[in-house]
Amino acid sequence: MQLTLWTYEGPPHVGAMRIATSMRDVHYVLHAPQGDTYADLLFTMIERQDRRPPVTYTTFQARDLGGSTADLVKTAVAEAYERFKPKALLVGESCTAELIQDQSGSLACGMNLPIPVIPLELPSYSKKENWGAAETFYHVVRALLADQVPPPGTPRPARAEGRRPHANLLGPTVLGFRCRDDVQEIRRLLDLLGIDVNVIAPLGASPDDIRRLPEADFNIDLYPEVSRTTASWLQRNFGMPATRVIPMGVGATRDFIAEVAQLAGIDASAVLAAEQPGVAGFSSSLSRMPWYARSVDSTYLTGKRVFIFGDATHAIAAARIAKEEMGFTVVGLGTYSREFARDVRDAAKLYDVEALISDDYLEVEQAIGAAAPELVLGTQMERHIAKRLGVACAVISIPIHVQDVPARYSPVYGFEGANVIFDTWVHPLVMGLEEHLLQMFRDDFEFHDDAAASHLPAVARDARPAAAPDAVAAAEPVVTAVATPEPVSAAAGEPTWSEDGERELKKIPFFVRGKAKRNTEAFAREHGLATITVETLYDAKAHYGR
Amino acid sequence: MSNLHDIPVVLSQRSGSDLPVLRERGQREVFCGLTGIVWLHRKLQDAFFLVVGSRTCAHLVQSAAGVMIFAEPRFGTAILTDRDLAGIADANDELDRVCISLLERRPEIKALFLVGSCPSEVIKLDLARAAERLNERLLPRVRVLSYSGSGIETTFTQGEDNALKAFVPIMPQTDARQLLVVGCLPDVVEDQFRRQFEQLGIGPVNFFPGRRAEDVPSIGPNTQLLLAQPFNGETVRALTARGATVLAAPYPFGVEGTTAWLRAAARAWQTPDTQFDAVTAPLIKRARAALERYRPQLAGKRLFMLPDSQLEIPLARFLNREMGMALVEVGTPYLDRQMVSEELALLPPDVVLSEGQHLERQLDRVRAARPDLTVCGLGLANPLEAEGLATKWSIELVFSPIHGYDQAADLAELFVRPLARRERLAV
Ligand code: SF4
Ligand code: SF4
Repeated sequence: MQLTLWTYEGPPHVGAMRIATSMRDVHYVLHAPQGDTYADLLFTMIERQDRRPPVTYTTFQARDLGGSTADLVKTAVAEAYERFKPKALLVGESCTAELIQDQSGSLACGMNLPIPVIPLELPSYSKKENWGAAETFYHVVRALLADQVPPPGTPRPARAEGRRPHANLLGPTVLGFRCRDDVQEIRRLLDLLGIDVNVIAPLGASPDDIRRLPEADFNIDLYPEVSRTTASWLQRNFGMPATRVIPMGVGATRDFIAEVAQLAGIDASAVLAAEQPGVAGFSSSLSRMPWYARSVDSTYLTGKRVFIFGDATHAIAAARIAKEEMGFTVVGLGTYSREFARDVRDAAKLYDVEALISDDYLEVEQAIGAAAPELVLGTQMERHIAKRLGVACAVISIPIHVQDVPARYSPVYGFEGANVIFDTWVHPLVMGLEEHLLQMFRDDFEFHDDAAASHLPAVARDARPAAAPDAVAAAEPVVTAVATPEPVSAAAGEPTWSEDGERELKKIPFFVRGKAKRNTEAFAREHGLATITVETLYDAKAHYGR
Repeated sequence: MSNLHDIPVVLSQRSGSDLPVLRERGQREVFCGLTGIVWLHRKLQDAFFLVVGSRTCAHLVQSAAGVMIFAEPRFGTAILTDRDLAGIADANDELDRVCISLLERRPEIKALFLVGSCPSEVIKLDLARAAERLNERLLPRVRVLSYSGSGIETTFTQGEDNALKAFVPIMPQTDARQLLVVGCLPDVVEDQFRRQFEQLGIGPVNFFPGRRAEDVPSIGPNTQLLLAQPFNGETVRALTARGATVLAAPYPFGVEGTTAWLRAAARAWQTPDTQFDAVTAPLIKRARAALERYRPQLAGKRLFMLPDSQLEIPLARFLNREMGMALVEVGTPYLDRQMVSEELALLPPDVVLSEGQHLERQLDRVRAARPDLTVCGLGLANPLEAEGLATKWSIELVFSPIHGYDQAADLAELFVRPLARRERLAV
C-alpha cells in the first residue's frame, strides 16, 4: 500500500483511452464502475476536446457482482458496435474489473464481430498511464498488422526510383505535451528535407492508416513513452529503422536532421550548413533561438540554477537545452517515468547531478527545495511546488492543466519549438526581474510595499499556514516575493544573522539573495563564526565570487 | 406502497407520488461517492480522508478537486498494489502502517476517515474493522471512522450520505429538544441560517456536519431534523432510528423552498405567524428583487437535466416555479421518494422524470429535444456545446453556496451565465 497525495500519472486504462481518443474509427469498451467515467473530463476539459472520448463504460454496480457483470460487457460491446460502427474495437478493464476477472477481452472476441477486436490486459495495480498508452498502441499496431508480417529475414524492398523517402511519425496523442503542434512542426521540417510523412499515429490515424505503416521507409519515434515499444516491434518485424534523437532544442533538432537524413539516405548538408553552432544567426538559421540566446540582453540568464522534472523524454531534452542553449546550470534532473529511469540517470551524469526517479510528489518538492533553483521546469505538479516556494516555473511535460494547451501554435519540437521554449522559459525569469525593479523602487512614493506582482506566489503564500505548516517550513523558499521578505532563521548551532547583516542581505536582489544567504552561512560555518555581520557577508562574497 | 396505488384518488397525482418515472439502465456518466471528499474535507477542518483504493481512485479525486493549492491536502489515497492483492503484504497491516505514519506527520488531524472504494470492497477489505482496530490505538487523540465512497455502491453525492451516516453510531444520546440541520452547507450559508433561526425563536440549532469532526452533535427523541440536502437519505434513516423525527419540507432553494423550509421549523417551534412574516418578509423581498433580474433570461427556456448530483429534482422545482423554465426531462441517479416527496408534489404533473441512466439513449433525447440549457457532468459539457447546446456543469452546483434567500439569485445566475455568454459571443 502506498500513500499518495497527488499522482503524476493516471491508471493504465487512461493511457489506453488516450490512444483510443487519439485515433479515428476506434472504440474502446471499458469494463469499469461508474466513477471511472471521470476520465472523460480529462479529455473534454483539459484538452478541450469537442467530442466525448470514444469509450463505452459498462458501469457495473455492486448488485451486478457475482451474476451479470459479464453480460454487461457483452451488452456494452454489442451496443457500442451497433451505434458507433468502429473499424476496430478495444476491450479492456479498469482496476475493479480486473479483480472480478470477467475476461472481458475473450468475451468480446467470442462475439464474432466483423471487425478486429483487440483485448487489452493492463495491470492496474503495478502499471500506470504512460505504460498503458504504450502497451495499447503496440497491441493495436500488432493486431492490425499481424497478417502483413513478412517471414523473418525477408529484406526490406528498396525504395522505388524517384520516390521521396517516407516516414511515419509515431507517438503523438491527445493529452500529450504539445503533440498537436509538434507534429505539424516536424512535418514541415521533413518536407524541407524532401521527406514525406506516410502515417501519423496514433493521433488522427484510423485502423486503415495503421495497416499502411509498413509502407514508410523508417519511423520517427517522437514520444518514446508512448511509441518506443511499437517502434521496436516494427523494427524487429518489418525491418523498419527508427530515430532515437528527440528534436527538442536547436542542437537536438540539428542532430535529428542528421539522423533522419542518414535513415532516408538523403543529403541534408544544405539545411545544416546554416545551422552550425556559433554560425546560426538571426538571418541564417531556421530558428531565432540561437541569436536570442547570444544577444547581450540574455547575459543575465547565465548560470541560472534550473531544476528539471517531467516525463523522461522532455526532461532529458530540456536539460540539454538548459545547459547548451540557455547557459543555465542544471541543479536537478528527474522523472516520474520509472520505465525510462536508466536514460535519465545517464543524462544526469552529463550535468553532475543525481537523477531523481520518483513519483512521490512530496519527495520531488523536497528535492526542489534542497536544490534551491531559480527556475523550475516541470509538470503542472512542479508548477504548484514552484509557486509555493516562490520560484519561477515553466511547464515542459505532462501532466498538464488546461492552460498548458494553448490556443496559439506552440510546438516545442523543431526550430520553431526552440523559439517557443526560449520565450516560455525566459518569461517567468523576466517577470522575476521586473519584480526586482519594483522592489528597488519600493521606497519611491509611487510604489508601496504591497505592490506585489500578480503572477507570483502571493496567493499561494497566504494559503500556506492553512495548508501544511510543517512541510512548507521544511522547504525554505529561495526567492522571496516582494511584500514578504524572507525571515532569516537560525537553527541550533548555526551561525546567526546580526541585525545589520540581515538588513544588508535584504538589499541584495531577491533572485540572488538565496544564493548569497547560503554562501554566507557556509562561509561562516567554515570559519567558525557564530554571528554573521555585514562584513561576513562581503567576506563571503569576495571568497566565492558571483 | 403498492396498495397506495390502488386507492383511486386524484390527490395522489398532485402529491407527486405516482409521477411516471422513466427507469433506465445502461452506461451511467456520474462520479462515484469518493467525489464528496472534495467538499467534505473543506467543511470538516480537522479531518483527513484516506481513500483505500487504486490509482484510479486517486486520479478521480485529484481530477475532481481540480487545483492543487495544498502541498499536503487533507485527503489522499492508500493505493493497493500487487503485493497487497497477492497477499504478500497483509493489507490490514499495511493499512495500519500507512495510517499511523500519516497521523504522525499530521498532528493537527483529529478525525481520520477510511474511505472504501470499489477495489477495497471487491477484495473485502473490512474498513469498519480496521477503524475499530485503529481506534483502540489512537483514541482519544484521533477518531477513525469508515464509510464507502465506492462507485459500485454510491454515486457522486451519496459519498456525503455515507460519511455522515458513519457519525450516527457515535453521536451522544440526548433528550433535549433541538433542531438538527442535516447536510453539508458552506459556512457562509450555515451562518445565515443560524441568524434566521435565532430571529424566528428556533433553537437550539445544530448543524450536521459541523465544522470540526470532533464536535459530533447529539441525537435523541426530541431532535427534529430539517434536511438541507436531498441526498442524505441513509443518514436520515439512521437518525430517525435513533428517535429523531423529520420535519417535512422542500429543500431551501429559491424563495419558495427556503420559506417553506424555515416555516416547517417555525411551525414545530410554534413561532407565531406574525413573527415568521416579520422576519422573512424583508428577506423574501430582497431575494425576489434579486431573482427578478434573472427571471426574464430564464423564463420560457427549456431545461434538460442529466442525472448527476441528485439535486436535480429540487433545482428543477425552483427553476420551473420561480424562474419559469420549462422542464424537458429531469434525470436523477436514483429516486429516493421519501427524501423528495415534498418536492415531487411541486413539480408540474406532466414532467418527465427519469431515474438511472442509459447515457447514449438519453443523449439521443437531448439531441432530439434541443433544450435551451442542459445540466450535465464535466465530461459531457464541451461535447454538447460543440453540438450547439448550452450547458451548465452540475459539479458547480455542489461546490457553490446556493441555499437560502441570499443565494437564490446566485443559484439562478449559475443557469443564466451560459445563456448570457452565448448571447454575447459573436465568434
Ligand atoms: S468508481 Fe470505484 S474504482 Fe473508480 S474511482 Fe470510484 S471508487 Fe475508485
Ligand atoms: S505580474 Fe505584475 S509586475 Fe509582473 S508582469 Fe504582470 S503586471 Fe507586471
